[in-house]
Amino acid sequence: MHIYLPIAEVSVNAFLLLGLGGLVGILSGMFGVGGGFLMTPLLFFIGIPPAVAVATEANQIVASSFSGVLAHLKRKTVDLRMGTVLLIGGLAGAAIGVQVFAMLREMGQVDLLVKLCYVVFLGIIGGLMFFESLKAIRRSKGGHQVRTRKKHGLVHALPFKMKFRTSGLYISVIPPVLVGVFVGILAAIMGVGGGFIMVPAMIYLLGMPTKVVVGTSLFQIIFVTGFTTLMHATTNYTVDMALAVLLLVGGVVGAQVGTRIGAKLPAEQLRILLSIMVLAVCAKLALDLLIMPSELYSLGAAGH
Amino acid sequence: MRALVIICALLAGLPVWAEQVVADMSLRDVEITANFDGSDILIYGAIKGAREEENLAPLEVVIAISGPQGPITVRRKEKHFGIWVNTDAIKVDRAPSFYAVASSGALEDTLTYTEDLRYQVSIPRAIYAVGTPAEIEDPESFTEALIRIRKGQNLYQQLDNTVEVQQQSLFSTTIDLPANLVEGVYPTRIFITREGEVVGKLTTFIDVRKVGLERWIYDLAHDRPLIYGVLSLTIAIAAGWLASAFFRFLRF
Repeated sequence: MHIYLPIAEVSVNAFLLLGLGGLVGILSGMFGVGGGFLMTPLLFFIGIPPAVAVATEANQIVASSFSGVLAHLKRKTVDLRMGTVLLIGGLAGAAIGVQVFAMLREMGQVDLLVKLCYVVFLGIIGGLMFFESLKAIRRSKGGHQVRTRKKHGLVHALPFKMKFRTSGLYISVIPPVLVGVFVGILAAIMGVGGGFIMVPAMIYLLGMPTKVVVGTSLFQIIFVTGFTTLMHATTNYTVDMALAVLLLVGGVVGAQVGTRIGAKLPAEQLRILLSIMVLAVCAKLALDLLIMPSELYSLGAAGH
Repeated sequence: MRALVIICALLAGLPVWAEQVVADMSLRDVEITANFDGSDILIYGAIKGAREEENLAPLEVVIAISGPQGPITVRRKEKHFGIWVNTDAIKVDRAPSFYAVASSGALEDTLTYTEDLRYQVSIPRAIYAVGTPAEIEDPESFTEALIRIRKGQNLYQQLDNTVEVQQQSLFSTTIDLPANLVEGVYPTRIFITREGEVVGKLTTFIDVRKVGLERWIYDLAHDRPLIYGVLSLTIAIAAGWLASAFFRFLRF
């Protein structure tokens, strides 16, 4: 069954969109990532104009994350205080990111830079996570499980300390705000929620327990992507309601399933799965840049 | 009667066409609804006052439908530092979002080069690219790429031998409008040619527009973007919450 999307002005199979939404929703629920880094390129592939794909994806992430957050709130695995601190940084970052994005578009190189961003960040984070979780799994299999003593690094030395009870942390607010800003910038440039960067940052930089990381990042993502959606709707008119609804119907159901699966899997295995997926997307994008494309020419909106 | 026709023929030097075209089509308003997946348009008509002399070349018909015109940027990738990067770009000043040209014979036989230039009928003629940057040596390869890409999306169609002409007076053809149509007025030109020269011409319009929910969503997004954005978020959040509530309900 084909459906004509009013803003994207293309006709797409409705079941394809539902399926894509569901698939990405499962991953979103399992890993606490918005899934934007998978969905945005997938939407390009099925012929949605990139500007519409990026803006609509922000809207869809709000929905899939919302049901995920509800599930996490019920299980009390959201650190609301940490989420709020991250959010303050995230909103500032998204505002900066939109300006940077506009600048890059002036220069006509936005595609390349977005792709390079993907390759670099996905590569670094996927690689780090993969080896880290591999080590952790080997350690736990070896039997002599050593509980690593909490390190007292930079996050403890900085001023403006705050108690984050749910995470069991007493750290400065500066690192979480900076993480929020950074993720906000990337979210706006890359058209993603940014969970795939925030989740590892929370684990490795802030030292948050894995169980609350997923819920907290989803909490922050909702507000940052909601803000991004409004910005895109008012400046570019590129949010496609019909596309978003179809993606989210699949997405919310998928997210519920994903959250259940995620709760059952051990954290280490969850992380290694996520890292493999991140690396796969990274490899695909890198190959696209390296291999000669079959069509050297591309059509873009006029202007630049 | 014959004398009159001969007089007309003598007057043919003047820009008065002896042949008149009367045409209609199966639908003039293409309505884009939520389940729009393309549309076939039947265009048919009659040629009036055709000269009826011996040894005259037969009449041919060329029909061109054009979508709304707009500028577009064509970029080309080149390998730099091991990766493929957009380097050269040209701005095509005017390119139709959709273009189909159907003819009763091969297009180059039914229309001469000069007539094509004058009326801008063939696909390459329908695209205007002037003032290309001097540093680009092969601007034509960019317009060729534009045509190649759009042809691949079925947005540009050259349909030779698809117009049927009966008894030198009745003609008909079917043009397939793809699903990814853009809203707007689609000028449709019908040319009657003889030996490649245009002897009759008619322009009519097809109106392609969104209706119903599609119309409402589109207007809201453009006229009241903030309300539209908030509404999009509300719908998204409501759906998220409902699905969550549904799953909670399933569990107990």
